[in-house]
Amino acid sequence: MTHKTPPASAPNRRDFLAQTAAVSTIIISGTALINQGEAWGLEAKNLKPETMRTLIKLARDIYPHDRLADRFYAEGVKSFDAKAGTDPKTKTLIETGVAALDKSASAKHRVPYAAVGWEAERVALLKAIETTPFFQAVRGTLVVSLYNQKELWPLFGYEGESAIHGGYINRGFNDLKWL
Amino acid sequence: MAAKFDLNDDSVVVIVGSGAGGGTLGTELALKGVKVVILEAGKRHETEDFINDEWASFTQLAWTDMRTTSGTWRVAKDFATLPAWIVKAVGGSTVHWAGASLRFQEHEFRTKTVYGALKGANLLDWPITLKELEPYYARAETRMGVTRTNNIPGLPGNNNFKVLEAGAKKVGYKDVHTGNMAINSQERDGRGACQQIGFCFQGCKSGAKWSTLVAEIPKGEATGKLEVRPESQVIRIEHDAKGKVNGVVYADKTGALVKQKARIVCVAGNSIESPRLLLNSASSTYKDGLANSSGQVGKNYMRHMTGSVYAVFDKPVRMYRGTTMAGIVRDEAIHDPKRGFVGGYELETLSLGLPFMAAFLDPGHWGREFTTALDSYENMAGMWIVGEDMPQESNRITLDAKAKDKYGMPVASVHFDDHANDIAMRNHAYGQGKAIYESVGATRTFPTTPYPSTHNLGTNRMSEKAKDGVVNKYGQAHDIKNLFVSDGSQFTTGGAENPTLTIVALAIRQAEYIAAEMGKNTI
Repeated sequence: MTHKTPPASAPNRRDFLAQTAAVSTIIISGTALINQGEAWGLEAKNLKPETMRTLIKLARDIYPHDRLADRFYAEGVKSFDAKAGTDPKTKTLIETGVAALDKSASAKHRVPYAAVGWEAERVALLKAIETTPFFQAVRGTLVVSLYNQKELWPLFGYEGESAIHGGYINRGFNDLKWL
Repeated sequence: MAAKFDLNDDSVVVIVGSGAGGGTLGTELALKGVKVVILEAGKRHETEDFINDEWASFTQLAWTDMRTTSGTWRVAKDFATLPAWIVKAVGGSTVHWAGASLRFQEHEFRTKTVYGALKGANLLDWPITLKELEPYYARAETRMGVTRTNNIPGLPGNNNFKVLEAGAKKVGYKDVHTGNMAINSQERDGRGACQQIGFCFQGCKSGAKWSTLVAEIPKGEATGKLEVRPESQVIRIEHDAKGKVNGVVYADKTGALVKQKARIVCVAGNSIESPRLLLNSASSTYKDGLANSSGQVGKNYMRHMTGSVYAVFDKPVRMYRGTTMAGIVRDEAIHDPKRGFVGGYELETLSLGLPFMAAFLDPGHWGREFTTALDSYENMAGMWIVGEDMPQESNRITLDAKAKDKYGMPVASVHFDDHANDIAMRNHAYGQGKAIYESVGATRTFPTTPYPSTHNLGTNRMSEKAKDGVVNKYGQAHDIKNLFVSDGSQFTTGGAENPTLTIVALAIRQAEYIAAEMGKNTI
């Protein structure tokens, strides 16, 4: 993910209205996804920016952790954009998968997936597609690309590599006292 | 100091694989003055190369070449091309193993007699007894520096052990301790004491854990009699007109196929690759593969009855700190059919880091039921269940009809279904694991499905009679006198215990036999 300052020029009116409707914290400007609250931006190079935004929402709905900022989910799905640039099959799988998800969301809730207001409603839409190659591809990649981010390990109380710190022999391997 | 032998040197013993069986056998033979070439499919990574990062280490060490799967086991669905979590590197799976070193129990060498006829189970008594193997167990324990043997103190218990121990004692278990571990609790054999690093599965970065990579092969190489060739995948074993094996064809590190001549060939590629190699060596003389007149090559694949129980508490445990498997409850390892199954199981401490916990806690699952479990990662304790599974002829390794590796060799196809006894035992163990943790305040427990197999056993089994198995009591093929099997695939049945100590004991015994027979010129 590229962390960059949001562009000085505000998104145009049409984008702004679309954003308002989408109730997303991520706005789209050209090919950029911008999360002003978290102060990060991401360039969609091969997938549509709307698709990337939906993937970020989808990622949170698949592995919801309320204490994780969107940027971790954005990082988790970034590889799909990269792979879409070299593998047309992946690009088609993701774009058609997201389009189908938006279609089912629209049929039921009259808005695209990312704009469906309640998690339970979105999860119901995902339940209906959980055996599809699209869903399996996203979930199967995400279970590695999300949880393998070293920056999020401390949020789960996982300390990562230990040999460089001399192991835990003097750092609490047996410090449990509550039993 | 390491030897270098010519491809045309037909006086060498060629060993395929450098793990617990091959690495020990090769070293032991070299120490006896026998010339040995070990061909290892993987690369050589030394202690300083290991990585304290689960996925990065997996990429470095694991055998990820494709295999195929079938059967009703859940691994076939969740990890269809990765039935086993074993190592492709010098040292084999001793690089990855957690160090638990337990002797088999007396009755586990004669399960057909003790358990009786069990529908669907292809039980057979071993052609050796515990009494015959005891001296070799003792030598293996000394060699490996197993704690609680040879006056070597046990390892100190980590947080995960403290929880297991307190719970186990509360539910009435007596045989609870920090295990018999081939991990130095004090400096020994030129290697230091355990630094409680964790990451035992990722290759020990302090060298405290015994592996053939750090503790055997260097000693073998120092004799000038042992050559280890990494990145050398054996494709087939060849034989002469009389039916005796005379060498192996392997792909060297450039990918070129070359033949290493041999006086004796020992197969030690783990229980998936070893039968694959024997089957792929079929010839006009041995139409069903080498050593396969019984038809048993590849059959009776066992993977131990396994599973895990993880539990969440209201306070931190940090189970990942310290030695991964230094904690055991042995009370259920006995054979007591009143529990509703034959054989027994061990409960051993186990932890995964966050990345692997996400991948293995409940593969394929998603949503809040799954993620709230991971939210409690810091407060989790974990144990592994390892018990005796039933050999079944239909559980087997075959050559895949379609899929081939980069050398054109058919990949191994692994078929597995749980036996009813395996399921009954697992359910019992899940219940006991849950009770242990709940007795000390667990607020939530998870029965966790078996991981891809780490204990692969039985596919070239030992038997008294040639019609019942592949090798005799020394691991020597019934059909071909200068062909041996030297890994866990020679196990007749699996026992409840982690297999490495038994593999090492058998390798020491086999080395003695091979050297003696070579001396007598019978092979």
